[in-house]
Amino acid sequence: MALKFPIFMDNHSTTPVDPRVVEEMIPFFTTKFGNAASRSHRFGWEAEEAVDYSRERIAKVIGAKDNKEIAFTSGATESDNLAIKGVAEFYKDRGNHIITTVTEHKAVLDTCKRLEKEGYQVTYLGVGKDGRVDPDDVKRTITDKTILVSVMLANNEIGAVQPLEEIGKITRERGVLFHTDAVQGIGKVDFDVQRFNVDLASLTAHKIYGPKGIGALYVRRSRPRVRLVAQMDGGGHERGMRSGTLPVPLIVGFGKACDIMTQEGKSESARLFVLRERLRTRIMSRLDEVYVNGSVEHRLPGNLNISFNFVEGEGLMMAIKDVAVSSGSACTSASLEPSYVLRALGVGDELAHSSIRFGLGRFNTEEEVDYVADLVVDKVTRLREISPLWEMHREGIDLKAIEWAAH
Amino acid sequence: MAYSNKVIEHYENPKNVGTLDKSDPSVGTGLVGAPACGDVMRLQIRVNDDGVIEDAKFKTFGCGSAIASSSLATEWIKGKTIDEAESIKNSQIVEELNLPPVKIHCSVLAEDAIKSAIADFRKKQEARAKNGQTNGK
Repeated sequence: MALKFPIFMDNHSTTPVDPRVVEEMIPFFTTKFGNAASRSHRFGWEAEEAVDYSRERIAKVIGAKDNKEIAFTSGATESDNLAIKGVAEFYKDRGNHIITTVTEHKAVLDTCKRLEKEGYQVTYLGVGKDGRVDPDDVKRTITDKTILVSVMLANNEIGAVQPLEEIGKITRERGVLFHTDAVQGIGKVDFDVQRFNVDLASLTAHKIYGPKGIGALYVRRSRPRVRLVAQMDGGGHERGMRSGTLPVPLIVGFGKACDIMTQEGKSESARLFVLRERLRTRIMSRLDEVYVNGSVEHRLPGNLNISFNFVEGEGLMMAIKDVAVSSGSACTSASLEPSYVLRALGVGDELAHSSIRFGLGRFNTEEEVDYVADLVVDKVTRLREISPLWEMHREGIDLKAIEWAAH
Repeated sequence: MAYSNKVIEHYENPKNVGTLDKSDPSVGTGLVGAPACGDVMRLQIRVNDDGVIEDAKFKTFGCGSAIASSSLATEWIKGKTIDEAESIKNSQIVEELNLPPVKIHCSVLAEDAIKSAIADFRKKQEARAKNGQTNGK
């Protein structure tokens, strides 16, 4: 099969909508356009039925028992905000302490920072070199003031899969609520809100081949029944947790995307794992000074985050401009600060600047992987030839011993 | 972010990539930037007895704009006297390459690299002159 350009290998940022998802959505734009809150006619009933069917499909992929535990939002950022602020506000008489990790998505970290300004105490746990938090650290940090622990399922940059099952045991035992931003891992790695004792989970459709603009928050209804304060006032939709007319076509698409994951997630993950390892070995067997960032074992199957020492990430991306990937280099931002996630792993700034994230997905092929691996090897070799650091390294100069003028 | 055609041209076909013998007294070497900041430029000049830059080479670790800025810098300084080369401003590089605001630091680094190479050359000349006097006594 002939390759088509550009090649998309940035499936952690977003994913294309699966044609099967689009197909199911279309009637809900045109003929079945009713408002799911309309109780007085067939259009409304039809929409409500479709929404409830989607709730069921979403509940199923995360192991939730009751489809009423799914509240729709605009996406995971809103879900994270609603979960953390909503719980903090509701349980403020019980305590004011929240535990999270330094490698969470900004939607969690910045929400926590906001709460700190309002007087809450937040503990940001560090992670190991593999990007994983130690469950014992969670255990040690819980106090009688702790109301919530928030740890992501899988990291968006390095793909590290967190030990949620172990953390869930601890939080359940201590009677602390447990939230997870699960967006990157749904259908891709083992996740079950019952088995993992998860009380709140943020989900989004566009990372699993569904449409952008629709997400959900799983909110446990029994043992324990989780309560939260709505962050937006209005018509009291979604059991009072999130007001706003439901975008039925998007919800239908989200449901279908989850259904496909329930059916095919396992086999797809196995395929992506093989492709990821193919990409990794084809690059690493032909280049020196290449480092994998994060755990190889506990990792999203489609994720490969690697640093090409002595080559700058954005420079490399420009060399492979027909391939869409991303970099932990800060060169595109004004701050000159490389990825905070890589920093948290203890990856030095120079290697963080040299990192590339490949995110393989449903529509990537073996031919694409082979093409990209060959291209990367070729371009890294070329860029090293014009890199003064590579030359110095080859001459045996210790780059760390040089006093560089920071700028 | 879209790169200008001139950046892409220099990036894809960089001029004057290479290394000069840094122990040669007629060669000045400038090494600026830092790996931790994501860009390092090494710019070298060979200066003849008339103070004219006969040759210039660079190697750069950095983004496309950094590579393009250093490539352009070597092109511009070749054939100039060191005094002329020293007067090149980063704003001229920004203008020529159409660099966006977040990439201005690349041009600053290129200007620094030129100045640093010239300073290194002058230092070598002064040291040589001093040694020459000592020897003559």
